[in-house]
Amino acid sequence: MNSNATTLTSGAAALAGGLDVEAIRQDFPILHQQINGYPLAYLDSAASTQRPVQVIDAIRRYYTHDHANVHRGVHTLSHRATDIYEGARETTRRFINARSTREIVFTRGTTEAINLVAATLGQRLGAGDEILISAMEHHSNIVPWQMLCEQRGTILRVVPINDRGELLLDEFEKLIGKRTRLVAITHVSNALGTVNPVQQIVASAHARGIPVLIDGAQAIAHQAVDVQAMDCDFYAFSGHKMCGPTGIGVLYGRESLLETLPPWQGGGDMILTVSFSGTTYNELPYRLEAGTPHIAGAAGLGAAIDYLQKIGMEDIARHEADLLAYASQALGEVPGLRLVGTAAHKAGVASFNIDGIHPHDIGTVLDQHGVAIRAGHHCAMPVMERYGIPGTARASFAFYNTRTEIDQMVGALRLAIRMFA
Amino acid sequence: MSDKTTSLTELYRQTVLNHSRNPHNCRRPANWDREAEGHNALCGDKVHVYLGMRGQALADVSYEASGCAISLASASMMSDAVAGKTESAARQTIDDFIGDLSGLQPGKLEGELAALGGVRDYPSRIRCATLPWQTLRAALDAVQETVTTE
Repeated sequence: MNSNATTLTSGAAALAGGLDVEAIRQDFPILHQQINGYPLAYLDSAASTQRPVQVIDAIRRYYTHDHANVHRGVHTLSHRATDIYEGARETTRRFINARSTREIVFTRGTTEAINLVAATLGQRLGAGDEILISAMEHHSNIVPWQMLCEQRGTILRVVPINDRGELLLDEFEKLIGKRTRLVAITHVSNALGTVNPVQQIVASAHARGIPVLIDGAQAIAHQAVDVQAMDCDFYAFSGHKMCGPTGIGVLYGRESLLETLPPWQGGGDMILTVSFSGTTYNELPYRLEAGTPHIAGAAGLGAAIDYLQKIGMEDIARHEADLLAYASQALGEVPGLRLVGTAAHKAGVASFNIDGIHPHDIGTVLDQHGVAIRAGHHCAMPVMERYGIPGTARASFAFYNTRTEIDQMVGALRLAIRMFA
Repeated sequence: MSDKTTSLTELYRQTVLNHSRNPHNCRRPANWDREAEGHNALCGDKVHVYLGMRGQALADVSYEASGCAISLASASMMSDAVAGKTESAARQTIDDFIGDLSGLQPGKLEGELAALGGVRDYPSRIRCATLPWQTLRAALDAVQETVTTE
């Protein structure tokens, strides 16, 4: 019902030597419009990806034919809604190779997933216990821990990065210690594009018996993710950064660890029985999903995963690596332009500054030429502080982007430089 | 090209770049009577306004600023627009400018300020333009904390 209906229009299968991007683009209605008189070049997928018709249709189909509340009704629509919702959970489990759907908790997004861990796992932390993060984290993997530190006297330690934007692993080894209770690190930096050696980090932490949370928001739609191979304890990601809807996300948690977490939000669905003498809680994952969930969001997320898998994560990664290499070279030839984040292992993010032009002015001039990028601190103000800059202009790529769009951006940048000269 | 009233590129060419390249009154004075600091957390724009008062008049209006071209140009134009005015006249100009950019009271601006008012068609940039003015108002109000555009 939800997943089988997902097919690629125009036979958007991988061609020999790469993706058939023109066919893929036919699946994305939003890409086919003029912005300020120019064809839209959408280079802001790190902020949010766009959705193919398959996802939009799955949501429409759900609301048109199948909606009711889940896990409750005895009637047909409730069964259908439950099948769709739980089907999406199974699709998600398969996508990241979790052992069981008990390990897949639906949340509102990455932010809520991390907050869930901070609010539950955090209850067992006390004064002097330490949480280890990195200097390249998004605010959503900083602030929940800072809030916990304020509440419980826990200490936040930060692994520094080098000028290329790579994590200093020797510093990581020095900072992880007897008081470390959790390592929380991003898989891919949203501001710099750095891909962290998460497997190595997990192995090092596990050797000391410390659990690891990986913020997967910027990785999930851009490379194959296997939580068993990675061996992480938590993996958090958002639907809207993987061609799915906003308002839905996932917390993967190792079952043996999730079992030990106290309930989070209280309400319907997370209980088995309620009486004024006491309440018994539901099993995983429902125990951590209070209230009527975002069923349509899950339907859309399931369709998005089906879509990504039909294209193939390896082909997506290869195409985006090509775009990054092409963009890095083209941007490198722009006078006065400096790339921020030049790690050896990078995902499709090109952050940059241009001498004498503020990132917001770059963003505005590009928008005037149909090019959508992000300008600012990218919710990673400590990263900007590390480089001593107020922000960057950031182009980020998805599998539906083309070299032509990068050319359009670089052309507009050259115009901006002439304008501001 | 654009469906907006003024192409922002044109706005930059005609008005913004003149001021952002050669900002007027951009300095930290030796003495001042009132001051305030403003910060746009969204893009990191910062402005610090200094006022030298002579009686009720804003005798010397200067500032230090870092930020995008629109915020720098707006600060420069503001310093020209309110210099020498009485406090109440300056407050009126602030209200006119912010009212115009918010779309609440359009059409009260003249000359360069009217041109800069074209920013109102670009919601993500309005706060860049209004930050110096909000900071000036805070200086007149003798607000101690940093003003933000949030």
